[in-house]
Amino acid sequence: MSTPIISQTAAQMSAELVAGSVTAVELTNAHLDRIAAVDGDVHAFLHIDREGALAQANAVDASRKAGEKLHPLAGVPLALKDVLAQKGVPTTCGSKMLEGWRPPYDATVVTNLKKAGVVILGKTNMDEFAMGSSTENSAYGPTRNPWDLSRIPGGSGGGSSAALASFEAPLAIGTDTGGSIRQPAAVTGTVGVKPTYGAVSRYGLVAFSSSLDQAGPCARTVLDTAMLHEVIAGYDPKDSTSINAPVGKMVEAAKKLDIKGMKIGVVKELGGEGYQSGVTIRFNEALEALVSAGAEIVEVSAPSFEYALAAYYLIAPSEASSNLARFDSMRYGIRVGDDGSRSAEAVMNMTREVGFGKEVKRRIILGTYALSSGYYDAYYGSAQKIRTLIKRDYDAAFVKVDVLVSPTCPTTAFKIGEKSNDPVAMYLNDVCTIPVNLAGIGSMSLPCGLAPEDGLPVGFQIMSPAMKDELMYQVGGTLEAALQSSWGKPLYASAPELAVK
Amino acid sequence: MALNYDQALEKYEPTLGLEVHVELNTASKMFCGCATDFGALPNTQTCPVCLGLPGSLPVVNAKAIESSIRIGLALNCSIAPFSRFARKNYFYPDMPKNFQTSQYDEPICINGYLDVTIDTDEGLKVYRVDIERVHMEEDTGKSLHVGGATGRIHGAEHSLLDYNRAGIPLVEIVTRIIPGTDKYAPEVARAYVAELRDILRSLGVSDVKMEQGSLRCDANVSIAPRDSQTLGTRSETKNVNSLRSVERAVRGEIIRQANRLEAGERIIQETRHFQEESGETRSGRSKEQAEDYRYFPEPDLLPIVADPAWIEELRLALPEKPSVHRKKIQEAWGVPDKEMAAMVNAELLTTVEETVALGAEPTKARSWWLGEISRLANEKSVEPTSLIQPSEVAQIIALIASGELTDKLARQVVEGVINGEGDPRMVIEKRGLKVVSDDSALMVAIEAAIASQPETAERIRGGNIPAAGALIGAVMKATGGQADAAKVRELLLKHLGQG
Repeated sequence: MSTPIISQTAAQMSAELVAGSVTAVELTNAHLDRIAAVDGDVHAFLHIDREGALAQANAVDASRKAGEKLHPLAGVPLALKDVLAQKGVPTTCGSKMLEGWRPPYDATVVTNLKKAGVVILGKTNMDEFAMGSSTENSAYGPTRNPWDLSRIPGGSGGGSSAALASFEAPLAIGTDTGGSIRQPAAVTGTVGVKPTYGAVSRYGLVAFSSSLDQAGPCARTVLDTAMLHEVIAGYDPKDSTSINAPVGKMVEAAKKLDIKGMKIGVVKELGGEGYQSGVTIRFNEALEALVSAGAEIVEVSAPSFEYALAAYYLIAPSEASSNLARFDSMRYGIRVGDDGSRSAEAVMNMTREVGFGKEVKRRIILGTYALSSGYYDAYYGSAQKIRTLIKRDYDAAFVKVDVLVSPTCPTTAFKIGEKSNDPVAMYLNDVCTIPVNLAGIGSMSLPCGLAPEDGLPVGFQIMSPAMKDELMYQVGGTLEAALQSSWGKPLYASAPELAVK
Repeated sequence: MALNYDQALEKYEPTLGLEVHVELNTASKMFCGCATDFGALPNTQTCPVCLGLPGSLPVVNAKAIESSIRIGLALNCSIAPFSRFARKNYFYPDMPKNFQTSQYDEPICINGYLDVTIDTDEGLKVYRVDIERVHMEEDTGKSLHVGGATGRIHGAEHSLLDYNRAGIPLVEIVTRIIPGTDKYAPEVARAYVAELRDILRSLGVSDVKMEQGSLRCDANVSIAPRDSQTLGTRSETKNVNSLRSVERAVRGEIIRQANRLEAGERIIQETRHFQEESGETRSGRSKEQAEDYRYFPEPDLLPIVADPAWIEELRLALPEKPSVHRKKIQEAWGVPDKEMAAMVNAELLTTVEETVALGAEPTKARSWWLGEISRLANEKSVEPTSLIQPSEVAQIIALIASGELTDKLARQVVEGVINGEGDPRMVIEKRGLKVVSDDSALMVAIEAAIASQPETAERIRGGNIPAAGALIGAVMKATGGQADAAKVRELLLKHLGQG
């Protein structure tokens, strides 16, 4: 590492800040320098808020100097996915449609981060409106995987995961509708958590699929995600689907390092044929590590998971077709064709034609069709029934086991451009992550090694029952410790050096 | 030759259904905390939620739910134990999200009814209007089209958008087809909207001001030949912003449809806009191709599960029904059925009540409002209440009772108040309408009358009292109507030895 401080975990940075060995401004500058040095290649960021970040860092330093009681993460920098509204800061959702839009308000997640003194460095790249698994659908160009710049960093939150893997930030916020936190974490060797639906407020999260979207913490370690989880989670009266219950003790769970007697279910349907061999090898090694730590492994069947992808690609586009209707050029964002001669309707059409990318249009059309009169029952209606069946599969499984596990994705990171012309192949990448969103439960992806055949990170997924997110932190923390002790160092420390400019 | 209403009714039978939108008078909007004041500067009562900014989320106004349930209870509806919001998807610039958060197949109240009474050729008749559903939704913003001749979008140079109204809670009350109205369809429509408005007012859930749009009525009308077994194609008339217009719109639409069918044309399924000036409807949006709103349950909101105990509490706390209240008033004032119906249908009960509350005798108050004032209002094609205040009428009635005005003079005072000459006292002053009650002044006129008709005077002296009329008339004429006729009579008879 060129600059030691940036290679630390958020917990370590927090300790240094508290000890006074580094200031928030120094820490922020170190990351801004790193971004300047490597982001030309990685392209994790769409907008860097240098001024805002330094102002926040200064405020934290001043408070600390004044002896105020600060949150442990106060002064620690963070990368924010560009799908969350931040007052006065450009928020594009990776779309041309919102070019130049500066929200007049903060998302609740952002409010919570600011309250804790977390320093927001800037907004990270993503697939347009969070639709995609590679970040290639961004209107502002793809993000590259720091492990191999010719490969994708996952998606839709590829910017956030790449920022972590390239040490541009120790913390990031992602959003996960069908795997957009976990799949990027898996392919970049980082940790990503999708909390239980309703645990983190969606207020200010630009909606893709309202019943599936969930913001969550991303970092390089389980403990760091747990610390961030506790900052962003909590009941929000502005989000009617927010859960009105106290936030669990995620940090405590991540530090427990004890899973003796726990039952861990391996989902039969999520693995085996069609999975890259290196993925299966590392997954099985992780299972052995769990057994060594005292857990019991049980095979569990979830027969309805077979239909999850199909149901997802009806529900998510249906909701998206409605959620994205508001982008009509009347109130914000770009406007095309308004030369005084055209009707509002014509301007709306031209703006939407120019403003939306191919994948977004594909999903709007798909969703519009699925909701149409005469097709609703067959498509949207059936998909909702499958959703119920999937929930039942989980309920049945969680009677037998404490958590469920699977590979996060069937393969390691693929090449940029490899699947851009085959949407279904792209969709299949999310086969393991999607059932979680349909059921609204919590799930984490953490690295379980490098695939022998390509040397790229493999992700291990832990799924915990709704409202029991502590369990995945407990298992994840234990597994991470076991694997790191076998490797001798954290996986992220094995990432290749990036060229510094 | 165009058919008139009666001719149209001879050949065709009308079918009527009504949809009423009510703006609730909650302090804040349906899904955000913005104020709902009418007439504020454009776009000053907005926030990220009601502007539909990316990332914003709705939160239901609990007061709006309570008001909706109370409306349902007052309309004898069942309250759904589980109801949901749904998104109605369509694009329009004054709708910020390009979907309206509404209710679709799971409305909050269903299956109610409302009885309305109208005066028919066969006497008073009660019509039961079945309510299909009462559901909640949010209002849209307002478009102002600038540069066109008519304020319509066609021909306009540009449009201005005001989102102050966007997100104001609306309750939509939908009737089933109202059976058997036949030629009374216009009267039933009016009576229904009037009764509904009174109920809503008594509940205190809305300002129910039709002219401000806080109560809006859409009338669905179709006609079919008398021997037909099937219903005709319906039109939906919007923009009906007074009770009088409701009646006129239904009547006008029946006539229009009948004449179209007579001319061999078909009725187009469409929305139509009521024209206040002509009383006719103008073609609006075609509904020939059913619009697909792609309804689906609103994922940003939880279903509404109302506690049955709370519903019972609301039911018990409902105010007295207007129909019950009317019955009490009718008994207290001793008003015959037909006259009571006339007063209610003329929309004047509340006004008469207010006048009585200010001290006027009920019969007098009723007769002034339904008589002279209604006649003048009719001449001007306006509502009586827009001409004169109950307080002014009460004052005039009091002046008659104290003998300061005669009926004839009072009519002139009413006319003066309506013409904007000031309150009754000012009109009396300006017009010099004081009753001549000065005995000596009257005696001069009486003596003059006797002098001009000595034979009549003789007959009276001889005991022919009814003959006095001629002389009283002469005195009244001589005093320009400003004399108190009873006083004249008294003085005259006394003077001729008959007092």
